[in-house]
Amino acid sequence: MKIVLNGSPQEIADGTLVSELVEALALGGQRFAVEINAELIPRSRFAEHRLNHDDKVEIIQAVGGG
Amino acid sequence: MSNVTQNSDPLIIAGKEYRSRLLVGTGKYKDIDETASAIAASGAEIVTVAVRRTNMGQNPGEPNILDVLTPDRYTILPNTAGCYDAETAIRTCRLARELLDGHNLVKLEVLGDEKTLFPDVIATLKAAEVLVKDGFDVMVYTNDDPIVARELEAIGCLVIMPLAAPIGSGLGIRNPLNIRTIVENAKVPVLVDAGVGTASDAAVAMELGCDGVLMNTAIAAAKHPVLMASAMRKAIEAGREAFLAGRMPAKRFASASSPIEGLFF
Repeated sequence: MKIVLNGSPQEIADGTLVSELVEALALGGQRFAVEINAELIPRSRFAEHRLNHDDKVEIIQAVGGG
Repeated sequence: MSNVTQNSDPLIIAGKEYRSRLLVGTGKYKDIDETASAIAASGAEIVTVAVRRTNMGQNPGEPNILDVLTPDRYTILPNTAGCYDAETAIRTCRLARELLDGHNLVKLEVLGDEKTLFPDVIATLKAAEVLVKDGFDVMVYTNDDPIVARELEAIGCLVIMPLAAPIGSGLGIRNPLNIRTIVENAKVPVLVDAGVGTASDAAVAMELGCDGVLMNTAIAAAKHPVLMASAMRKAIEAGREAFLAGRMPAKRFASASSPIEGLFF
């Protein structure tokens, strides 16, 4: 199925969990937060939240700014 | 003396005491090393960061700002820079809270226009209301309008942060009387946020009675950012002490400093 990850289309397996996506992206150890379709997904729900076709996933971090 | 004043005169935000009244942004630096050196020289204890998409392997090995400016050493103040409506500002704050393990302090800014980066105060008021209800400690960027400042305080914002001049302009304090009025009306800390260009601007803000100053470009865009960071630290301390000391009344004509009595000619 297709999702849009940080603005780019991405092909992933049907029913992928957020935790699986995060693992595949090798984000372990980094500080980040996840939003799906403009809805915050707390870290505690990564292992139970399944992605759906056409989900808009945003993975965000802190950057320099004023 | 400076230490005595600082120790007995903390800036209190969300129940936490800070010795430094200079808050700094972390953008526009040459690299992360320069960011860290300038911030160390500034003495700032609160640093702002922006919230953006994670780089997905485009720049592998690039250090994250929070690996260098760690939350155990600095109070991290995530901002909503780049948000032009209340909804995206609220989303950004919720993401930031998750990112920082439930840390509630945020800098709310809802911009109205790309050319001026002036705040959209109507959207700012709406976002502030939602965020305060949602348990955030809101430090809010606003214009130098005492009425809007009063409303933001009434909503429950923790710190009111009027601009001195447009963000990144370095024009200094364009409307000192409004800043003074905002300070006089407020029961919460007032920080000048944006528009400071050099050390004297920071000192003026403090002499007007502001509780602190938040700046980024004035340090990052100086020819020597680390030296400017040190200058700003001193200017903030000098301005604060001058405010506490109470300046002499200005007079139109001279008043001799040496006695008239005892002149021998």
